[in-house]
Amino acid sequence: MPKLPAPPLPAPLRTPPPRPGEGTGNGGPVEGAKQAGVAVVDWVDERTSLSGAARWLMFRKVPKGTNWFYTLGSATMFAFLSQAVTGVFLAMYYRPDPAGGAYESIRYVTNDVFLGQFVRGMHKWGSSVMVVLVFLHMARTFFFGAYKYPRELNWVIGVVLLILTMVMSFTGYLLPFDQRAYWATIVGVNINGTGPLIGPYLSDFLRGGSEFGATTLSRFYAIHMLLVPGLLAALIGAHLYLVAKLGTTAPPWAKAEKRKELRETEV
Amino acid sequence: MPGKRDKHKSKYTLDRGMPGAFEGETITRRRFMTGTVHTTGAVAAAAFTLPALGFALGPIFKSTPHRWEVVGNIYQFPDNNYVPVVITLTPNIGEAGKSTVYMRKFNPEIDNDAADVDSHTPYIAISSRCAHVGCPVRWVDASERFICPCHGGVYDLLGRRVGGPPVRPLDRFYTRVNGENVEVGPRFSVNSQLRRFSPRDPGEPLDGIGQYLYPSRPGAQKL
Repeated sequence: MPKLPAPPLPAPLRTPPPRPGEGTGNGGPVEGAKQAGVAVVDWVDERTSLSGAARWLMFRKVPKGTNWFYTLGSATMFAFLSQAVTGVFLAMYYRPDPAGGAYESIRYVTNDVFLGQFVRGMHKWGSSVMVVLVFLHMARTFFFGAYKYPRELNWVIGVVLLILTMVMSFTGYLLPFDQRAYWATIVGVNINGTGPLIGPYLSDFLRGGSEFGATTLSRFYAIHMLLVPGLLAALIGAHLYLVAKLGTTAPPWAKAEKRKELRETEV
Repeated sequence: MPGKRDKHKSKYTLDRGMPGAFEGETITRRRFMTGTVHTTGAVAAAAFTLPALGFALGPIFKSTPHRWEVVGNIYQFPDNNYVPVVITLTPNIGEAGKSTVYMRKFNPEIDNDAADVDSHTPYIAISSRCAHVGCPVRWVDASERFICPCHGGVYDLLGRRVGGPPVRPLDRFYTRVNGENVEVGPRFSVNSQLRRFSPRDPGEPLDGIGQYLYPSRPGAQKL
């Protein structure tokens, strides 16, 4: 069966053709290492056809006028990955125990663990960074009109991602379980309760009962660590897939070039 | 095409002209198989989804048992000023489960305005939970007011709102006298006429339509 042609690579990445008269030659150890690496990648690629997918994702055409504003989405994802990684390391030390264990575990991470204060700080400030970037990215998408047909579904997924980011911020805020965390959560849950009719049930659901209790901290921890990150990862995947499939838009000030015949002829 | 529609109304597959149909068959083997497998899948999915849902939503319906807690003796509470005591709202979680209650002896001169509060509370126990969003209020003796530090809510001697964003007076607790001890019991909320209601969350008004718009929850004790 004849092989289909590979998707196009940009010029710098294509292997240059051999110069005339040089032939193959065996090359030195560097050449040998390169060939070994290529062989490994080829072995995986033959069994998964991942290189086609990678080329489709990375070597996309972008419209003329693409500028630095378009990096805000990737910046948000980078902030999310930073939160995920620092969160995993914090989770190795954290204890969701309202009777003092939570506060003590965070104190231990901050004061006694090597680079603990740094990782905790990255996680805490990273959440603010992520919220800021999410809003900037949303504003960029809105003002560039990049939510219009056929990208409406992507906008909807983005809004759901925004809500999930807010849920992460809210649930994560309680986890250090100091005075600020406790009272901010009390206030936040009570604000939920002010919604008519279903408000009281919503605040009961968040707290796990009619009073702040033993299960409230555990609930918030499970939501923060398991439920929402799973949803976030799945929806970010869908969001990225749609961006690659539909392509990005030109900035609103870019005008399409008119065909030569339609331009008024100069006299 | 009326003729074709009539044929579909018949429950016999033979009449519907399905290939392989035999006399008296009402459901094809394919449909039966598909239906059975889908039903089994739904049962299996329900087997892990329903317990998980019940686990997540269960606490909404659980009612906490009534607890009475001794807070002092009958001689230590004045009838014109408040004394703070600490009670345990939720046991077994340490400091997070405790709250402050302001205690005063029932005073017939000032407490008779309240509609049917007196018969259940020989001592007045005012909750420190602000009715705005739940910050802890502080009794300031010099101005005879409860002041909330968060958003500036102010309450008078009876716990009624006199300033700021709160939507109803401060909650109270049932009290009783047991020998020489004063005991504090479950919480209840009041509207601006100080009528008793089952406990509500902060931010939920109880005047007029408020008591229907913000219903009492299954987990909170009914009066």
